[in-house]
Amino acid sequence: MLEVKSLDVAYGEIRALKGVELEVGRGEIVTILGNNGAGKTTTLKTISGLLHPTRGTITLEAEPLVGVPPHAIVSRGVAHVPEGRHIFNRLTVRENLTMGAYLRSDTGIATDLERVFALFPRLAERITQVAGTLSGGEQQMLAIGRALMANPRLLLLDEPSMGLAPVLVEQIFDTISDINRQGMTILLVEQNAAMALSIAHRGYVLETGSIALTGTAAELADNPEVRRAYLGE
Amino acid sequence: MCMDVALLVRIFPEVLLDGIILGFMYALIALGYTMVYGVLEFINFAHSEIFIVGAFVGVEILLGLKSVGLLDGLPWPIVLVLVLIAGMAASGLLAVTVERIAYRPLRNAPRLIPLISAIGISFFLQDLIRLVESLWRNAFNMVYPTIDVLNLRFELTETLDVSVKSLVVIVGAVLMLWALHLIVNRTKVGTAIRAVAEDQAAASLMGIDVNRIISLTFLIGGAMGGAAGVLFGVQYGLINPYSGFIPGLKAFTAAVLGGIGNIPGAMVGGLVLGLLEAFAASYLSLLTGGAFGAEYKDIFAFSVLILILIFRPKGLLGEVVRERA
Ligand SMILES: Nc1ncnc2c1ncn2[C@@H]1O[C@H](COP(=O)(O)OP(=O)(O)OP(=O)(O)O)[C@@H](O)[C@H]1O
Ligand SMILES: [Mg+2]
Repeated sequence: MLEVKSLDVAYGEIRALKGVELEVGRGEIVTILGNNGAGKTTTLKTISGLLHPTRGTITLEAEPLVGVPPHAIVSRGVAHVPEGRHIFNRLTVRENLTMGAYLRSDTGIATDLERVFALFPRLAERITQVAGTLSGGEQQMLAIGRALMANPRLLLLDEPSMGLAPVLVEQIFDTISDINRQGMTILLVEQNAAMALSIAHRGYVLETGSIALTGTAAELADNPEVRRAYLGE
Repeated sequence: MCMDVALLVRIFPEVLLDGIILGFMYALIALGYTMVYGVLEFINFAHSEIFIVGAFVGVEILLGLKSVGLLDGLPWPIVLVLVLIAGMAASGLLAVTVERIAYRPLRNAPRLIPLISAIGISFFLQDLIRLVESLWRNAFNMVYPTIDVLNLRFELTETLDVSVKSLVVIVGAVLMLWALHLIVNRTKVGTAIRAVAEDQAAASLMGIDVNRIISLTFLIGGAMGGAAGVLFGVQYGLINPYSGFIPGLKAFTAAVLGGIGNIPGAMVGGLVLGLLEAFAASYLSLLTGGAFGAEYKDIFAFSVLILILIFRPKGLLGEVVRERA
């Protein structure tokens, strides 16, 4: 579904990505692992159009995405939950979710709202609350819920576990698994490699801007280097 | 010191009314500053000219109607609505055009650069209005033609009689502010304006075309300014290409007073400044036995402003929402 080929991205003089290659098939959860500064966020931001590559191609169902502005990439069916959540603090929970469905006018919006509330009942209780006053975990739920409101084909998740208590991390990952079983394709960036590999089908290891390793989740989890560097053994 | 308390009391309703009218005028203009600041964190110094262009379009249409005999032929509410809509459309579209030509190409430049560009546009528009009016009418000081009904006065109380045009200005301003409130707080596109104001990148990830929302913000802010321009002309009668400067500056101050970027703040700030100014103009000399005359009204109003900002640097309504990182 998504194909990234020889992707180079630079911040001025700093070359953040060097020849990144990756693929996500329909219905998969694919995870990108890597240390701080490896280029995971840069990869996702380039896919969703926030950053422009200096070289390489990105295609979604064979249609090129490079050069397409971010709002038009959303209309192609890509939703991005950015690192640090970036919910709209001054808007209510409901308004945040409405913004998630900004481009839609179909009749499925109400159903999707129900689906989000089924996944995150806490959001339903907080519907009229200003989002800036939500707890960190609730904000993460809102960020994911807001992206689901776009009814995307591909969901990009950047460190959904960041700053959350272990119980909540487990809950968020269960939810991601559920969403995937309902048919959503997911590209997941995570520092928490153990968790990510437990729900992913395949994965890539990103090291200083290049793909160092790839394989199925089981292969990666068994790989001695991955175990040492990312699973803390 | 001789203070005539009875006089103070007697003129109070009238001063209050003057203050409210002035305040609504400032509030309408202030919206243009504050909405643009909200989405771009940039002061559109050309907004004072966008405001006065509304007044000029208004006077031109009224003069045009007069010359074909329709000014008294058409019912006056229709004339007013027509003029308001034309002024709003002209100022709104002008604001959008200015953003496209003079600000958008500088979006990524250091902050001072678009500010200088705005000041340049401000001078440019002043002289453009002067040029056009001079060529077209051989004069650039314009007088709003009178519509007789508007000058009718009726007595509300013994000490207060109100002219129809004052009522028109107040009702017009309240309707504008209310419409704006509905658009910003009750519609999807209004929510998108607030989303863009808060986080442009995140807004674009929602599928919001940020540039379009920025244009829309200039359109709405400009239209409010244009409406204020027409009401200004109707109320005070006399305009010239430079008449926008002082009300613009005061409206900008009102926006800061209310909390720049904050829409209800602009309304509150405008009213507070208008009232301060009106009361200072009428009461200063009475209260000080003539030591300070009405000419000190701005000093008084701005001293209060400075005091308020010392104690509330973010303005009266600035940042009321508690935020987490
Ligand atoms: N705005 C920026 N300007 C300059 N350099 C940047 C910028 N953003 C990221 N970088 C650099 O690009 C590289 C990749 O950053 P990126 O944010 O993609 O890493 P990451 O894998 O997401 O890290 P983390 O796990 O800490 O989120 C880093 O070296 C970083 O310093
Ligand atoms: Mg990152």
